[in-house]
Amino acid sequence: MPGGERDPGAGGLHRRQVVKALLADRGELLVVAGLGAPAWDATEAGDHPLTLPLWGGMGGAAMIGLGLGIAQPARRVLVITGDGEMLMGLGSLATIGARRTRNLSIVVLDNERYGETGMQATHTALGVDLAAVAQACGFAAGRVITTMDEVERLRRDVHIGEGPLLAQIKVSTAKLPLVLPPRDATHLKNRFREALLGAQAHF
Amino acid sequence: MSSDWPHGLYQLLKDQGVRQVSVVPDAGHAELIRLCEADSGMALVRLTTEEEGVALAMGAWLGGERSVLLTQSSGVGNCVNMLAMLTVSQTPLAMLVTMRGDWGEFNPWQVPMGRATQPVLEEIGVLVSRADHEDDVVQLAEGVLRIAYNTLRPAALLIGQRLLGAKTFKD
Repeated sequence: MPGGERDPGAGGLHRRQVVKALLADRGELLVVAGLGAPAWDATEAGDHPLTLPLWGGMGGAAMIGLGLGIAQPARRVLVITGDGEMLMGLGSLATIGARRTRNLSIVVLDNERYGETGMQATHTALGVDLAAVAQACGFAAGRVITTMDEVERLRRDVHIGEGPLLAQIKVSTAKLPLVLPPRDATHLKNRFREALLGAQAHF
Repeated sequence: MSSDWPHGLYQLLKDQGVRQVSVVPDAGHAELIRLCEADSGMALVRLTTEEEGVALAMGAWLGGERSVLLTQSSGVGNCVNMLAMLTVSQTPLAMLVTMRGDWGEFNPWQVPMGRATQPVLEEIGVLVSRADHEDDVVQLAEGVLRIAYNTLRPAALLIGQRLLGAKTFKD
């Protein structure tokens, strides 16, 4: 294979099953879904006012989670994003690690590919270990996940564990049908604020 | 008091209820950073690159908090695509930008981005004001914060290098 890249192919977990499991019984969880496949995955699990699916801002998902986590210290924040999106915001792992934000979890659905642009290999296909980067940045935990049992444990940690946590979940490259969320950004933002802040959202 | 505009900016951020202050340091913002860092009512978020502060502002606003980004003008170039997220979603951010690459610049590498700062911000949809006199800084900043949070858009104050003093590279 060119460049010695690996292909998780059919060996990886089913990303839609992973996201559905992570969002089961989500309670008061606040969710940011990175652009592309993670946003479609979160939408298939159930479009929700307290999920912000992104259609742009590549590299910013983790930082949106940080701003939300600082603003809402009593709530849990989950960022679900892809390996390409996380690689673009690699510095944000240092920013989040330096703050030790306890209520923030980042889940990277890692298919080792840029899925929206023709399945080109990302750095993770060439050995870059995002979980180890997170550990080195001072995250409370950084782990690579390859089984659904570990995903179930992760779901509990997202709700009650000590963050910041980064889980890099190896997922299949299988092509899945598009499940698109609403794309009016102002609507997405306003419904999130209304659901979280109530009438105060408008003042 | 003309020489104390950093303290005036700090008081403005307090009065406007700003809770998240993100920063890539610049010498021109050193005193304001120190004041914000010492304030337990503010979260000072150290960034590795300025666009992180733009995304932070999105999350802060979703969670009900106001955010300000302190940056040097060169950092504006790092923010452009992320700023599109704020304009498309009508999300507020106030940017306080200390200028490099204008009045009295010593370093030629600072000049292209210094010249591009205002047009780049305006092209991506950020309202821009500019202060070239110390006495104007706080009042213009107040206008920037008010228009950002009240009309739900990113807005920036450029603080000119003549006001700040050009870096001389002599010490």
